[in-house]
Amino acid sequence: MDDLYRENILDHYKNPIYKGTLEPADLSFEDENPLCGDHLRIDLRVDEKGNVTDARFSGHGCAISQASADLLLESIIGKNIEDLKKLTKEDILDLLGIEELGPVRLKCALLSLKVLKGSLYGIGQKDEDL
Amino acid sequence: MDEKQIIQDFPIFSQLDRNGKTLCYLDSAATTQKPLSVLEAMDTYYKTYNANIHRGVYHISELATEAHETTREKVRAWIHARSTTEIIFTRNTTESINLVAYSWGRKNLNAGDHIILTEMEHHSNLVPWQILAEEKGVELDFIPITDAGELDLEVYRQLLEKHPKLVCATGMSNVMGTIPPSKEMISAAHAAGALFLLDGAQMVPHMQVNIRDLDADFFAFSAHKMLGPTGIGVLYGKESLLEAMPPFLGGGDMIKRVHLRSFSANDLPYKFEAGTPAIAEAIGFGAAIDYLAQIGMDAVFEHESEITRYAIHELMKIPGLKIIGPLTSSNRGSAVSFTLDYVHPHDVAQILDRENICVRAGHHCAMPLHERCNVDASTRASFYIYNSLTDVDRLIDGLKIVHQLFGQD
Repeated sequence: MDDLYRENILDHYKNPIYKGTLEPADLSFEDENPLCGDHLRIDLRVDEKGNVTDARFSGHGCAISQASADLLLESIIGKNIEDLKKLTKEDILDLLGIEELGPVRLKCALLSLKVLKGSLYGIGQKDEDL
Repeated sequence: MDEKQIIQDFPIFSQLDRNGKTLCYLDSAATTQKPLSVLEAMDTYYKTYNANIHRGVYHISELATEAHETTREKVRAWIHARSTTEIIFTRNTTESINLVAYSWGRKNLNAGDHIILTEMEHHSNLVPWQILAEEKGVELDFIPITDAGELDLEVYRQLLEKHPKLVCATGMSNVMGTIPPSKEMISAAHAAGALFLLDGAQMVPHMQVNIRDLDADFFAFSAHKMLGPTGIGVLYGKESLLEAMPPFLGGGDMIKRVHLRSFSANDLPYKFEAGTPAIAEAIGFGAAIDYLAQIGMDAVFEHESEITRYAIHELMKIPGLKIIGPLTSSNRGSAVSFTLDYVHPHDVAQILDRENICVRAGHHCAMPLHERCNVDASTRASFYIYNSLTDVDRLIDGLKIVHQLFGQD
């Protein structure tokens, strides 16, 4: 089958590890993909040094956006938020194990990064800044 | 209908994808494929008589003008309008509706006036009225959708008691395929003193339309959903209304005389056609009408009904699949939208794409309708003259692959 729907992605979609919310959270942000109505919220707990101690995502969307969120949160636990600000589109594609993605589905894959950066900066990120 | 001949008339269907599969195109509600005759008509114009229209006194400009205006006459005859003065070329349905909102709406509507819309409108028949409502303080009322995907006409009758100035509704839902009883709704609007704008984007490509019989005051549709090119659409308006409306866009062609500080507007329909129009597209549009005329719209509707009936029957066998809209197969259009409870429409469309099957995934420019149905997005298959029952079989086989990947069994 298709690269896009490999076991790994389907597994993170069907059985996400980081799905849920954190109440209270230190940082929280939500946004959506207007093309398909996917909606994502990310909650983070951060210690005094700026390291991520816990993370959760909630919302709804396609397998790509949901798996991307789960994989992204898995990868950021223990990392410093200053390092997270440097994450790029390529980092997300690496996590998903995908080399190329069409422009429409790329937005699905990058929604989690957009929301994560929104939570770090407190504002929405334009796609071209990612 | 000669299915084999029709397929051969569309060059795109002779192409194979990288896996050797033919194109299974199920997104005609978004835009249709184009037959060779349409492409050749446009090509011939550019190659042999390309010139601007309405001004040149030289031969090829006259030829171009004649070809452009011949399409206007074909459109008039196609929808049975009284006169070509009532046929205005625009870019598309969206621009046609905006023209009415900006020109007629700004002149005739005031704070507190009511416009009736429906919950099943395409964004193109919602947002222009929202903009107008914001600017002028006009109130928008909505005819709700019943659980069966029909308009609630009882509520419509109640809303008409508020004496609205205008009713705007689709003649066929682009999501659910619902065909509201337009003629009855138009006559009820007139009885209440309201004008009626009918969105014909999904209607004109699929069924016979007699606008004089329907008696709509404004009627909008696009060429590209009926085998023609993108970039050209139509606004029909009753002549007396169009005469009284101020121009929409200003510029060349829409004027009779221009002074430094004033102008006088051209006669209908040119008054609403500023600037060089889509000439090649008008010529291609004419060829598209000829193509459909040769098949006959009753045959088109019957062909689509047969496929839609089969599609609904087969789709309903799939576990977890829910069709949005009417399940009846009579008196409905060929757009069939559905959800699968275990997978997002984007993933469905992506997996079908691997099989070279094109469906639409998302909200199909009808977010309020999806909100009403409590779904974020849906997958839509829509059928046209070049589709066959085999396309439905390919869709169902594709959905079985989706089930293998995403099904929770």
